Amino acid sequence: MKKICLALVFVFSLVALVGCGNKTSGTVSTDGSTSMEKVISALGEKFESDHSGVTFTYNPTGSSSGIAAVMEGRCDIGLSSRYLKDDEKEKGLTETVLALDGIAIIVNPANSVNDLSLEDIAKIYTGEITNWKEVGGNDAPIVLIGREAGSGTRDGFESITKTEDACQYRQELTSTGDVITTVSNNSNAIGYASLASVKDSVKVVMVDGITPTEATVKDGSYVVQRPFILVTRADEKLSDTAQSFFDFAVSKDANEILLDAGVVPIK
Amino acid sequence: MENIIHGIFLLLGLITVGCVLLMTIYLIISGIPAIREVGLFHFLFGKEWAPVLAEPKYGILPFILTSIYGTAGAVFIGVPIGFMTAVYLAKLAHPKIKSVVSNAVSLLAGIPSVVYGLVGMMVLVPQISTLFHIPDGSGLLAAIIVLAIMILPSIIKMSLTALEAVPKDYEDASLALGATPVETYFRVSVPAAKSGIATAIVFGIGRAIGEAMAVMMVAGNAPNMPSIFQSVRFLTTAIASEMSYSAGLQRQALFSIALVLFLFIMLINTALNFFLKREKVE
Repeated sequence: MKKICLALVFVFSLVALVGCGNKTSGTVSTDGSTSMEKVISALGEKFESDHSGVTFTYNPTGSSSGIAAVMEGRCDIGLSSRYLKDDEKEKGLTETVLALDGIAIIVNPANSVNDLSLEDIAKIYTGEITNWKEVGGNDAPIVLIGREAGSGTRDGFESITKTEDACQYRQELTSTGDVITTVSNNSNAIGYASLASVKDSVKVVMVDGITPTEATVKDGSYVVQRPFILVTRADEKLSDTAQSFFDFAVSKDANEILLDAGVVPIK
Repeated sequence: MENIIHGIFLLLGLITVGCVLLMTIYLIISGIPAIREVGLFHFLFGKEWAPVLAEPKYGILPFILTSIYGTAGAVFIGVPIGFMTAVYLAKLAHPKIKSVVSNAVSLLAGIPSVVYGLVGMMVLVPQISTLFHIPDGSGLLAAIIVLAIMILPSIIKMSLTALEAVPKDYEDASLALGATPVETYFRVSVPAAKSGIATAIVFGIGRAIGEAMAVMMVAGNAPNMPSIFQSVRFLTTAIASEMSYSAGLQRQALFSIALVLFLFIMLINTALNFFLKREKVE
């Protein structure tokens, strides 16, 4: 028993020593897009566990607040789920695309519609088109399934289709899984979900003739997508800790975490 | 020794009281600011809930009405079924049937609400859609049916206990006077157990108004004014569905909804206490 104890103590102290070897202290503060919560939290957790003593913070305020925060120096890295505007770039900010977030438009497998234009999708969600026959399907009313107010996917979908605040949802569900289950159960339903979480129980429709895949999201031909961006100040260097987080986030090592979080890595 | 044990029990009791106090105070403190900002009248009687609009609207009348209609509907369906089942089990059922049904009811009480929601979502909602020829079956009706089933066990169990507590002498007297058994049960046993049955109903109302998970999965959750096939949002689901991403005034408003819900539940509990006290007096 004593021997086992000793051995254990030895192993633990070795582990502790190894932990010390990688020690960087300091903080990395990020601020911005609520849609990026899953991605950035996963990256932050991994970074924290790899570098003991580092504190990683994420403040979910929204893309514009995040950009403002980094401009005013209130955080190290700003998070934005849209590209920077020209005037924001003129104020000395640079953008680095971290990943792309593809949003799949899903319908019931029994639905005969395979392809929708972005315009039609917007018209469907704003209630201008209410019957599937208007877009080449059966004569059946369209049931609009969406996410709750404040959800990143909803925000992304509505901003890409330019239907902000105008969607006539029949159901507002609180998770991607619920949206998929509901669409798979209702032959007239249409919904949207993060590309990575789509399952076989629903049919993904083409948008403007393009099937959403990792490849079409990456080359930009699939349009229902948005970038996840790291915003930094161009004229000012990041602290060592923040820089090493930045390097880690955009490196190939982060790809697996990004894929797990449901987005398409750039590298 | 006696004193120490007394102290321990007192402490444990105080923990419960402390929790209730803490939650009440916290709810009031975090619920008031949004009501103040939006205005009590606009908050309670506003017909539109759109927290992420450029000009956000925070009206919770649809949620309040949905909660009231939904609960009323569940009671309307659940109470007759539950009450009759209790009368049957207490007075008419063969002992073997009684034990089977009682066990089934206990089992029903033990099923987690998310399972009710799931079954509702997979079975009930598509059925409503085909039965009534509407494009989507989720909505107030689906929620009412799920809630009605969920309140059945408490109504049956509590009514059953009340009915079984009626002294046998009452019934024997009635039977001896020439009343038929069914007449006896409805004219003698039920009136004698009425405060217990009333307690069961109020308890059912409390359960129905406080349920969130199962309702969220079948009600559709669009903040519409309630109507039977419409996609609706309850007070509980309004909080649950938006809490995870909310910030600022939206989040404060969710706490205000919680405060309103809390007041509703306090009201129901007061009613419950009233019936319980009356039962003791009798």
